[in-house]
Amino acid sequence: MYNREHLLEAAGTPMPLTETEQSVLMRIVDRHAADATQLVQILREVQASFRHIPADAMDSLAAALGIERAQVQAVAEFYTFFSTKPRGRYDILISDSITDHMLGSREIAAYLSERLGIQPGETRSDGQVSFDYTSCTGMCEQGPAGLVNGLTLTQLTRERIDRIVDLVNAGTPVTQWPREFFAVKDNIRRADLILKTELKPGSALKWSNTRGADSTLAEIEKSGLRGRGGAGFSTGMKWKFCRQAKSGPADAPAERYVVCNADEGEPGTFKDRVLLQSYADQVFEGMTLCGRVIGARQGYLYLRGEYLYLGDHLDRVLQERRRNHLLGSNILGEPGFDFDIEVRIGAGAYICGEESALIESLEGKRGVPRNRPPYPVTHGYRNKPTVVNNVETFAAAALIGLKGGAWFADVGTEKSKGTKILSISGDCAKPGIYEYPFGTSIRKILDDCGATNTLGLQIGGPSGIFISDREFDRVLGFEDLPTGGSFMIFDRTRDILEIVRNFTHFFAHESCGFCTPCRVGTSLLRNQLDKLCAGHGAKGDLVELTHISKLVKNTSHCGLGQTAANPILSTLERYPELYEQRLRAKAFEPGFDLDGALEVARRMAGRDDAHAHLEQEAVL
Amino acid sequence: MTAHTITIDGQQVPFIEGQTIIEAATAAGVYIPHLCHNPEFTPHGSCKLCTVKVNGRNCSACTFPAVDGQEVLNDTEELNETRRAITQMLFVEGNHFCPSCEKSGNCQLQAVGYFLNMLDAHFPFFYPSREVDASHPEVMLDRDRCILCELCVRASRDVDGKNVFALSGRGIHTHLIVNSTSGKLADTEISVDDKAVHVCPVGAILVKRTGFEVPIGQRIYDHQDISEVSLAMEESVAGESHGG
Ligand SMILES: Cc1cc2nc3c(=O)[nH]c(=O)nc-3n(C[C@H](O)[C@H](O)[C@H](O)COP(=O)(O)O)c2cc1C
Ligand code: SF4
Ligand code: SF4
Ligand code: FES
Repeated sequence: MYNREHLLEAAGTPMPLTETEQSVLMRIVDRHAADATQLVQILREVQASFRHIPADAMDSLAAALGIERAQVQAVAEFYTFFSTKPRGRYDILISDSITDHMLGSREIAAYLSERLGIQPGETRSDGQVSFDYTSCTGMCEQGPAGLVNGLTLTQLTRERIDRIVDLVNAGTPVTQWPREFFAVKDNIRRADLILKTELKPGSALKWSNTRGADSTLAEIEKSGLRGRGGAGFSTGMKWKFCRQAKSGPADAPAERYVVCNADEGEPGTFKDRVLLQSYADQVFEGMTLCGRVIGARQGYLYLRGEYLYLGDHLDRVLQERRRNHLLGSNILGEPGFDFDIEVRIGAGAYICGEESALIESLEGKRGVPRNRPPYPVTHGYRNKPTVVNNVETFAAAALIGLKGGAWFADVGTEKSKGTKILSISGDCAKPGIYEYPFGTSIRKILDDCGATNTLGLQIGGPSGIFISDREFDRVLGFEDLPTGGSFMIFDRTRDILEIVRNFTHFFAHESCGFCTPCRVGTSLLRNQLDKLCAGHGAKGDLVELTHISKLVKNTSHCGLGQTAANPILSTLERYPELYEQRLRAKAFEPGFDLDGALEVARRMAGRDDAHAHLEQEAVL
Repeated sequence: MTAHTITIDGQQVPFIEGQTIIEAATAAGVYIPHLCHNPEFTPHGSCKLCTVKVNGRNCSACTFPAVDGQEVLNDTEELNETRRAITQMLFVEGNHFCPSCEKSGNCQLQAVGYFLNMLDAHFPFFYPSREVDASHPEVMLDRDRCILCELCVRASRDVDGKNVFALSGRGIHTHLIVNSTSGKLADTEISVDDKAVHVCPVGAILVKRTGFEVPIGQRIYDHQDISEVSLAMEESVAGESHGG
């Protein structure tokens, strides 16, 4: 007969929270006004306080927030920075981006692992420390980088690892660690329109108050500004659509939102980080301007979890702006111009950069992209008309609000007006931030940053394309080479397949899992490429690789899946010989590792002799 | 109401403002393969089996609105090959041992496989380790067979008003969870009469003690194509919701 008590016992009933723990939990909930849309923020704090999301806390949170327990669990299990098992008091993550690899991150991580005596993904038995890899942390030009308890570590060396291990073992609070471990530099190497033009806080808003919202929108349209986050949609048009969209019943007050996409998850991109660090006022001014144009009263800046260290700084800038009447009610004395901005922080999910997934995350859910249409301009945050723009787009919009559309449209090319800020990393003498007018050639950029012996570069991040040394006369711009800003340079000492493998692993790790082709296909691609790189690939495997790549590209639900095979497809096209060199002279070799599958049996039998191994037959 | 039409594989198909491509197709007796779509529930768009070409671009027929003049390609060699590969992906992702599965013959995944002439799994199997939940006295949950279509999620939320199911995790680790502290079905509010218990297109959610009531060989898809079965069933549902 079935016996519930017995089953529950077998499942391991979780430890109930103590009274103190319960009150810590409720204080967190109170800080967020028991608002279920802030679930990601709440879980961030629970993770920080409890080092995991205890099963019991899920029940309490669900009850306190008036949502289902399953939603709390589903969110807790979606984001990389949450865990349901306790992590160490010091939670160390090493950035696993290709540019970090090139700066020696794998060796550094191996050394850390050895010094701590734990493998990636493990927590030391004393509960003091855990260590793992994580996707690009956006410190590409000052790596190897990592995070400790969510805070950015840069320029890791063996010597620094030694000191970190000592601090961990001594139990020194992270707040007392040497400041230089956390130093993040701007490294601005070339400034143009956006980075050079001074904007006094409030000046664009003042101008806008004088000439009115219609005329401000007209200037944005005239500028020809297109989104800087990747897709390149006309910003003026987006604002106009949102402004025109019905926000609900005619008698209800209009409800619209402005969202700044500061998720910056594309590996190799770090220009938004610099804008937020040193041009935050300009970004907020752009958001406020947008609020005025579309008639929104609330804005959100969705900051990627990896940039936690920027949170306090951004809050301070917001506070300063409120003091100066640049936020709040009747901004700069204009009656009815009410707008405020809140920073919301993510928790480790590249997909939350996709605008509709970002909105889901803002609403306290898993970051799964929505079906489109409808688009966020009509059905965004809380299903209300919402403008989502990239950080750089808002920074540009603020200046256009001040200087006018013509000022901006004067620069660039026919279809790509203005400038683009690039994050340059990889093999060059002067990596960092470079702002160029659209239409600039790759050759000029490579010259400027001191790249020599260049094999090729990845433009637009893993979701962009790989271009070879035969294509350096191509130019920046939506007509030729669009980019969200990632520009990773590789010289001739680098192994292209290793680069592709890193990117392919990235996508498999970051796929949200909603749609079949991407959920399954990105893992198939990863396994297929691993097989090839391990020297087990046969001719059939190349055909298969192309086949899966096209399938994932053509049938996936969102941009992640649609671009996940780009690294493979763009290098297969340019360097087919590199792939062929890795093949065995066979038509077929099974993907199934027969000998590997016997590993468990060998361990159980305590055997490792020759007879306990099987050589796999290949089909010639 | 003005007359709107799209074409599907050259055939004129009328539609009513607000219908999706699959709704228009079903009403006109055109079958578009699908798994996560069920006309009784809100469109979802995750399995991608219903991929059609709309004016040259791939779209999910179950979520994409019909718009006047659209040229839709559906029954083409290329699209069916794509759908076959997607079905194969669903097979290798889970653990589907059809010969020993109670749903065999009534399973839509299997039936779609037949329809698309899928002869093998093609891709390497993942052999994931997934939890079976037999805690409930009347309902059985075998996650091995779950294709993550969220039909049970939608049914429990929208029809039963209970929210018993949800998807959790991310990427290839996405999995179905149930709404209870223990994580067991027995501790949820589910009851055997719930809609959610009866919408699973595969054999992941089964009613206990009803196994093999209909012998294998005499089940729905043992004798009929899923295209016919699904059109017959769904046209009646669509007829009800659009008043004929
Ligand atoms: C997988 C994925 C990740 C994305 N990540 C970002 C991001 O980190 N930052 C960003 O601004 N846009 C990102 N986007 C693009 C956004 O969906 C959206 O187009 C953009 O925020 C719109 O702003 P814009 O018009 O100013 O570019 C991403 C898109 C996809 C598909
Ligand atoms: S393409 Fe990938 S990331 Fe996008 S919805 Fe599908 S599974 Fe999620
Ligand atoms: S259990 Fe069945 S209905 Fe629910 S998600 Fe899985 S396959 Fe779909
Ligand atoms: S049936 Fe359309 S995506 Fe599943």
